[in-house]
Amino acid sequence: MNALSLEDITCRFAGRDGGEPYTAVANATLSVAEGEFVSVVGPTGCGKSTLLNVAAGLLEPSAGRVAVFGDPLIAADGVNKRAGYMFQADALLPWRTGIRNVIAGLEFRGVPHGQAMEQGDAWLRRVGLAGFGDRYPHQMSGGMRKRLALAQTLILSPDILLMDEPFSALDVQTRQLMENELLALWAEDRKSVLFITHDLEEAIALSDRVVVLSAGPGTRPIGDFRIDLPRPRDVSEIRMTPAFLALHKEIWGAMKEEVLKAYQRQKAAP
Amino acid sequence: MKLRVLQVGVFAALVLAWHVLTKPGLLPNFYFEQDNRAAFFFGEPAKVFWVIVDWFASLEIFQHLWVTLLETLLGFVIGAAFGLAIGLWLALSDTASAVTEPYIKGLNSMPRVVLAPIFAVWFGLGIWSKVALGVTLVFFVVFFNVYQGVREVSPTLLANARMLGASRRQLLRSIYLPSAMSWVFASLHNAVGLAFVGAVVGEYLGSAQGVGYLILQAEGTFDINTVFAGIIVLTAFALVLDAVVTMVERRLMTWQPKASETEKV
Repeated sequence: MNALSLEDITCRFAGRDGGEPYTAVANATLSVAEGEFVSVVGPTGCGKSTLLNVAAGLLEPSAGRVAVFGDPLIAADGVNKRAGYMFQADALLPWRTGIRNVIAGLEFRGVPHGQAMEQGDAWLRRVGLAGFGDRYPHQMSGGMRKRLALAQTLILSPDILLMDEPFSALDVQTRQLMENELLALWAEDRKSVLFITHDLEEAIALSDRVVVLSAGPGTRPIGDFRIDLPRPRDVSEIRMTPAFLALHKEIWGAMKEEVLKAYQRQKAAP
Repeated sequence: MKLRVLQVGVFAALVLAWHVLTKPGLLPNFYFEQDNRAAFFFGEPAKVFWVIVDWFASLEIFQHLWVTLLETLLGFVIGAAFGLAIGLWLALSDTASAVTEPYIKGLNSMPRVVLAPIFAVWFGLGIWSKVALGVTLVFFVVFFNVYQGVREVSPTLLANARMLGASRRQLLRSIYLPSAMSWVFASLHNAVGLAFVGAVVGEYLGSAQGVGYLILQAEGTFDINTVFAGIIVLTAFALVLDAVVTMVERRLMTWQPKASETEKV
């Protein structure tokens, strides 16, 4: 059974000021098997995040079905309870210290405070933030905030992990460190991951499967590539291997045209 | 430290200028024809000072000050509480906010000080008519800030809290309220001043005690020094209340980034 399956999803947004409605995603079908790490790549502004919000139950698709471990997901009834979501933008609560951010989800679930703090401390250590628990997010660097967000999501041990370009705001070095940390944490219990990115190298280095999206509007998957590189991987080293380069060349061949299309469309827009 | 010296310097310069320009016989007349006229219109700082000392020494002021402060505090607390509650409610309920919008706008643009005589009829000449006026003034300032604060909550933050499993109640407690707080505190500084306006204007229009009443009495006998003394005492206590708000704000808003956080070593 698939952990997550999106079937024939279409998302149409009402046009602004009576303009034409905009179809962000059209007839997209996508699935993530249990324990599989799937990356979705596509040109900028193609509706990747829209697809992820649909999977999270934050956005009701105009048409199509979403199933989570076989059960239908209906956004009006609430969010996807088996999923954790790491956002592209900073989503930490600025008025809570590091540790209280990490345990926010446990608090919402009514876990007793002492127990929650214990787990929180353990998670701070796991993401390398031991001793930073009493700092506020604005007192941390970008990389530390991302690690905090990772702990905040993973402490609930979600069966599905949804990630929306979580590391795109980081510098290259910090980013590769974070990617390695993510892989190490993921290897411990092999959750299903749906990882959105515009960076093809990142997608190949992390994933079991890479799905390429077409340029918007009316985005849908146009390519599906299995990444059979051996694990465990080191993201900075694996980029040099011939197998990686061959995969990169193959997938880029499928993506290039869409990226150019998206670029032309953005340039033509008034 | 240097700043404090300059601030005191400005105060001293102002008082000195006031003294020199109003003291009869000190400067040749350049505007008024008689040399006691300036003192008659603008008062004299030394005499104002002695009025204040006399008030406090004779304990006469405390009864009036207590009444005015009580009116101010009640107006402030009740108005802020209503503003917070109704601001939250309207910001979270689209229907309610759409229905009440024209009424809120109308009530806000109305010069609410004209309600003072009506309140005097409704609530009598005791403290409650002044409290009511203070409440109408404070309410709108706090209300609009809470409304705006809740409306501007980051959608990412909300989505994140929902994904972490927050219920509607928990969203209100953990996201909406703390997020609106910085707006609320910005408005509370204004609200303290307005609560004072409500109390003093109310006393001015009809009362038997309070600092506004003292000022009114002094004006009736053209005793300009006492009028100024009343104004100064009111200002001092408004500053004290504002400092209290600032203190509470500092305690509650420790999470906010300061402009610069480096220290000298």
